[in-house]
Amino acid sequence: MTGAAAWADAGLAAALLAVDPGLGGAVLRARAGPARDAWMEMFARLAADRPMVRVPPGIEDDRLLGGLDLAATLAAGRPVRSAGLLEEAAGRTLVLPMAERTAPGLAARLNAATDRGADFTLILLDEGAEPEEAAPAALADRLAFRVGLDAVAMADLEAEAFEDVAAARARLGSVEAPEDLARAMATVAAALGIGSLRAPMLALRAARAAAALAGDAAVDDDAAALAVRLVLAPRATRVPEVPEDDAEEPEQETQPEPEEDRDREADEDREDDARIPDDVLLEAARAAIPPDLLARLLAGAAFRGPGAKGGGAGDERKSKARGRPAGSMRGDPRHGARIDLIGTLRSAAPWQPLRRRMGGGGDRVLVQADDFRIKRSKRKAEKVVIFVVDASGSAAFARLAETKGAIEMMLGQAYVARRQVALVAFRGDGAEVLLPPTRSLVMTKRRLAALAGGGGTPLAAGLAAAMGLAEQARGRGVAPYLAVLTDGRCNVAMDGTPGRPQAEADARQVARALRVSETRALVIDTGNRPSASAREIAEAMGAVYLPLPRADARALSGALGAAMEGAA
Amino acid sequence: MPLAFPYSAIVGQTEMKLALTLTAIDPSIGGVLVFGDRGTGKSTAVRSLAALLPPIEIAAGSAYNLPPAEGEAAESVPTPVIDLPLGATEDRVVGALDLEKALTKGEKAFEPGLLARAHRGFLYIDEVNLLEDHIVDLLLDVAASGENVVEREGLSVRHAARFVLVGSGNPEEGELRPQLLDRFGLSVEVASPTDIAERVDVIRRRDAFDRDPEAFMRTWEDADRAHREAILAARARLGEVTLSDETLGDAARLCVALGTDGLRGELTLMRASRALAAFEGASEVIRAHLRAIASSSLRHRLRRDPLDEAGSGARVERVVAEVLPA
Repeated sequence: MTGAAAWADAGLAAALLAVDPGLGGAVLRARAGPARDAWMEMFARLAADRPMVRVPPGIEDDRLLGGLDLAATLAAGRPVRSAGLLEEAAGRTLVLPMAERTAPGLAARLNAATDRGADFTLILLDEGAEPEEAAPAALADRLAFRVGLDAVAMADLEAEAFEDVAAARARLGSVEAPEDLARAMATVAAALGIGSLRAPMLALRAARAAAALAGDAAVDDDAAALAVRLVLAPRATRVPEVPEDDAEEPEQETQPEPEEDRDREADEDREDDARIPDDVLLEAARAAIPPDLLARLLAGAAFRGPGAKGGGAGDERKSKARGRPAGSMRGDPRHGARIDLIGTLRSAAPWQPLRRRMGGGGDRVLVQADDFRIKRSKRKAEKVVIFVVDASGSAAFARLAETKGAIEMMLGQAYVARRQVALVAFRGDGAEVLLPPTRSLVMTKRRLAALAGGGGTPLAAGLAAAMGLAEQARGRGVAPYLAVLTDGRCNVAMDGTPGRPQAEADARQVARALRVSETRALVIDTGNRPSASAREIAEAMGAVYLPLPRADARALSGALGAAMEGAA
Repeated sequence: MPLAFPYSAIVGQTEMKLALTLTAIDPSIGGVLVFGDRGTGKSTAVRSLAALLPPIEIAAGSAYNLPPAEGEAAESVPTPVIDLPLGATEDRVVGALDLEKALTKGEKAFEPGLLARAHRGFLYIDEVNLLEDHIVDLLLDVAASGENVVEREGLSVRHAARFVLVGSGNPEEGELRPQLLDRFGLSVEVASPTDIAERVDVIRRRDAFDRDPEAFMRTWEDADRAHREAILAARARLGEVTLSDETLGDAARLCVALGTDGLRGELTLMRASRALAAFEGASEVIRAHLRAIASSSLRHRLRRDPLDEAGSGARVERVVAEVLPA
């Protein structure tokens, strides 16, 4: 899709959202910049009656749901309540910056509010750089649009002229939709591999809004196609087959219905206009499916954000706010910390007579900023075990099955210990993150089973990919631990070119970088005989080295488990 | 408060609806865990269940939903269905020192939390598999003892907290601890309907609801009322439904064959099948009732092979077919 076309679609999404706030909102996936600003301005103009409110990323429950206004309460000496942001948001647009880092708690509250029919439009500003970094999937599922602005250039940023939104909104209630539109949307969503039923529901709504925007009294092909393009296509998890081939699926469904449909349409007069052929919609969808869909599918990360996984983005060690209490300290309770009330009152107590004499009034407790104590809490650091698997030809045929067996057993242990696991494999000319950190064993098992062996040994690339994951994990407050399973005989350099000397030099360099980053690691030599190269890599990494010649999966897993416990 | 989607208008998802109904008939079954894909109507079903339940009598103004004592003024409130959101602090869940009173009057008073509000009702946790461990610990303890004990900030408070846990989640996002799994009486798996006609029905009904909620509610009012009356009638009958030794033997053999841990499985089987019999107007629990609820009562209690992909539901079905042939 060209930049101009992307911008035009982005504009249409903004307009539809302005026409029907019931569409929930949009995920705006773009870096901060002129394109994003322009979109926000455009939306603000279109939905001028729904002023924007920014939700600070670290918002606390008190502010979100409403609660006691501490300062006002102390000043007034009687309880002063403040309305929560969710209450105030009725009839407004909530903007959530850095949506890819939304804490699960905030996402859950917004989900619940949306489910209860709260009247706000939600714009998620998703600045995720990696496919795994994305706005919480459960929240995104409730919003109609995904707007991507990466392809948009400055020259494309022309203001779109739309029909009067107010007039479109007035028309919206009376827009007729053909009887079979719901069926068409359901069929298209199924063909695109979209499981959630919210998607076709939102598409149906969007089609009505599109018709209203175009000034039509009923949903026509264009409006339906637009809804498919904007709502369904970006959620596709598979590319639909060409219509000639997939004749069975839509056919099956239409066969029992046609007569009934025709009757209904006869009642509704315009027979031809009312029927929206699935293939027109599928064509619209196919044309609009994001070009990187395949890549994302291969990465297994299509529309699955960190929020989608156990221990997701928000799982930082917020030592002030979560976990079990562990004493208190002086501090400001406004920054996400929990006030230690007793501590605060206790520290204020000795000063009461003095402060009263200094001009405080009445019989209330006089508390000053100095007195505030906040709670500290400790939280067990989460761990993620990143398996780095050599799936190259040298290791593959002899040991890959055993390696898989060992990993599966480790996964069993990880399940018991509630650790997260991630999976990196390297072979051929590069490495691949098969699975970003997750607690789901089902997913891990699936990815692992699908792992095929063969090709060269790009150890450096494998270690580098693991290092990237480790950095991300640390950023989320999760302690990474590497388990590298290789025979150390690498022969593909970092840049993917074959050649043993360069490959080894690169591998050692990444290994040293890992050591500098103080990433704890374990290298398991999966070669038939212990090899010097694997040992050298382990030394360069500062890792524990375990030669396991001819060990079966059970022995391997035992050693792995013991080494982990020892170091952990 | 916007209208909740009518329960009777939920398309398909029979297992989930049956489980919720049974637990409404007999709360001692111990709650429902709904695991499945996003956008399959999990939260819709739970929220619409609330509207189906008969109101409860509480002592006027009681923050703990306590039943009125002799001669005490009573009021009638809807059965509580309380949300426990992810990331809720311990304070909010168990209750804490009442800041208001402490700051303004220097009084030491307890402000009840979500557990108190959920007493005699339902506690709903969406994405229960992502709940933080320390909150899970807390819930396990309270769910087992039926009492919330708070010993903190100089407070020493205990109050009754008996509630039905309803949890939902997506298994691809993380597992649930076996201890917590076991606390749920029934466990059901929901999936997006694969049948296009069914999917279309879901979309059409939702659309009709969104466009004119009042009219849609009127359409389904009678069905919802009938369902509520059926629940009440089943409750009244529950005590009279008999369970023969033969059926008890069936339940025990099934649990042994599946190797379920502890006696909770058998207990749930008995309670759920009795509720089902009462719901169907039968005077005695028969094997067919057991068979109908075996999967949802037992699938989450099997000693679990975390890497078994086939799912434990299939294992239960197989053993049921062997041990309890129709």
